[in-house]
Amino acid sequence: MAIKVQIPSALRRHTAGVSSITCTASNLEQLFSVLDEKFPDLKPHLRDDKGQIRRFLNIYVNEEDIRFLGGAEYAFREGDEVLLVPSIAGGAQ
Amino acid sequence: MSHYQLRCRECGRTWGNQPRSICDECFSPLEVTYDYDGLKASLQRGSNGNGPFSREAISRRPPNMWRYAELLPLPQNFESRLPVGFTPLISAPQLAERLGAQPRNLYVKNDAVCLPTLSFKDRVVAVALVQARVFGFDTVSCSSTGNLANAVAAHAAREGLKAWIFIPSDLEPAKILGTNVYGAKVVRIAGNYDQVNRLCSQIADEHRWGFVNVNLRPYYAEGSKTVGFEIAEQLGWRLPDNVVCPMAGGSLITKIKKAFDELIKLGLVEAKEVKFFGAQATGCSPISTAVKTGSSEIEPQKPATIARSLAIGNPADGHYAIKAIKSSGGWSEDVTDPELVDAIRLLAEAEGIFTETAGGVTVGCAAKLYRQDRILPEETTVLCITGNGLKTTDALEGVYQSEQPIAPKLAEFETYLQQSLDVAEVPEIVAAEQATGIGA
Repeated sequence: MAIKVQIPSALRRHTAGVSSITCTASNLEQLFSVLDEKFPDLKPHLRDDKGQIRRFLNIYVNEEDIRFLGGAEYAFREGDEVLLVPSIAGGAQ
Repeated sequence: MSHYQLRCRECGRTWGNQPRSICDECFSPLEVTYDYDGLKASLQRGSNGNGPFSREAISRRPPNMWRYAELLPLPQNFESRLPVGFTPLISAPQLAERLGAQPRNLYVKNDAVCLPTLSFKDRVVAVALVQARVFGFDTVSCSSTGNLANAVAAHAAREGLKAWIFIPSDLEPAKILGTNVYGAKVVRIAGNYDQVNRLCSQIADEHRWGFVNVNLRPYYAEGSKTVGFEIAEQLGWRLPDNVVCPMAGGSLITKIKKAFDELIKLGLVEAKEVKFFGAQATGCSPISTAVKTGSSEIEPQKPATIARSLAIGNPADGHYAIKAIKSSGGWSEDVTDPELVDAIRLLAEAEGIFTETAGGVTVGCAAKLYRQDRILPEETTVLCITGNGLKTTDALEGVYQSEQPIAPKLAEFETYLQQSLDVAEVPEIVAAEQATGIGA
């Protein structure tokens, strides 16, 4: 499936300034593999030491939070637009 | 050199002071951290141009949130233009009786009368706009469920800044009007708050605006600490046993905890374990659901509640709110819409405080926590009322019947009075029997 992925500005220094790419992936796992391969510097910023997607990274498909669509199980459809958006939290010590 | 700076909550990298909320290294949130050793050393001799920072010195400062300037991210020699905060902490004996608490042990922190826009959001915006000035923004912005919209619009007007406000289109009319009136540009989005918030983080990527809850968020969130500082000072420089706090994004409860921790760290109050209790509406309860099920992560929800100021299905600080509640030995509850309406009326009738829907959630959840013995009658407990009921009058629509007018004649009034007394004197159980025809 050809899908379009938007890269937020916070991560663009790891993508040589690239703000969006079109790639082929049928699910989230495949999409992250594509991103890992295309932008090796990006990988540690998207996943933690255990390879899990970082807690504060939200993923939207056509404006819907992917967790409402089945999360990792969601099968991308042709033309899907994927947004990587930082979850904006304040935190407290 | 500033006495505060941004630090990544997870990896610890420091970022100085700049308009950013995300760590580029690990994508985690940034937080303002202070030079506590320096502050401690200067408790008596003073720092920041404000003189000593002792209990006595603070108590002599003007009655507003700026009296805690040393523990806020404010530039040297900052001078406030707006007296925000220092709202009343009210003893609530009648409410205590209704909830099953001892009369002298229940308090209401009443931010329904916070100035200038009648919610605790005035505190966070006041701090955020100081930083907006420092960073040279001429336009400030936010995504909002209403109270924040009001606060950003009003403070921006006062500061001579342009304001662009993004809101879900179904917001209460009073909250929209209360934003329009300050001359702000209001953009209604056909979506819920989580969608508005996501859009704003994309806009912040493209436009050089000061989004108080996006790129200014670490500074903004610090303003919430002043609720905690005030509670401690107003209790006579001591901490309560319990705090019950409404939760939307989950930031406030974590910041009250941070405030207490800082006061302990600086020796301004005696160390004490305070339990934190979170309150949500059942129709949007991702944090209380996580607490109840023992999860440390948020499962996002689609909000369905009249408590629109709490209707955040994917709370940004949810993870930290869960942590604050659990680590303190507290709990989280939620109430249905009818329960929160009853609780709004209860607080108004018992203590003369008219709160918005979020306050109904807090009082309703407190009632449950007393019934569950999670809060004990003899413990000192503070309920955080964060907004004013005049902004959400639609929540009470249909609760009170509009009566037929009577003629301006004494005889008419005497008849009316007699009828009213007759109705009032019918015991509830008899009235119910009459209504159903039983016993007729």
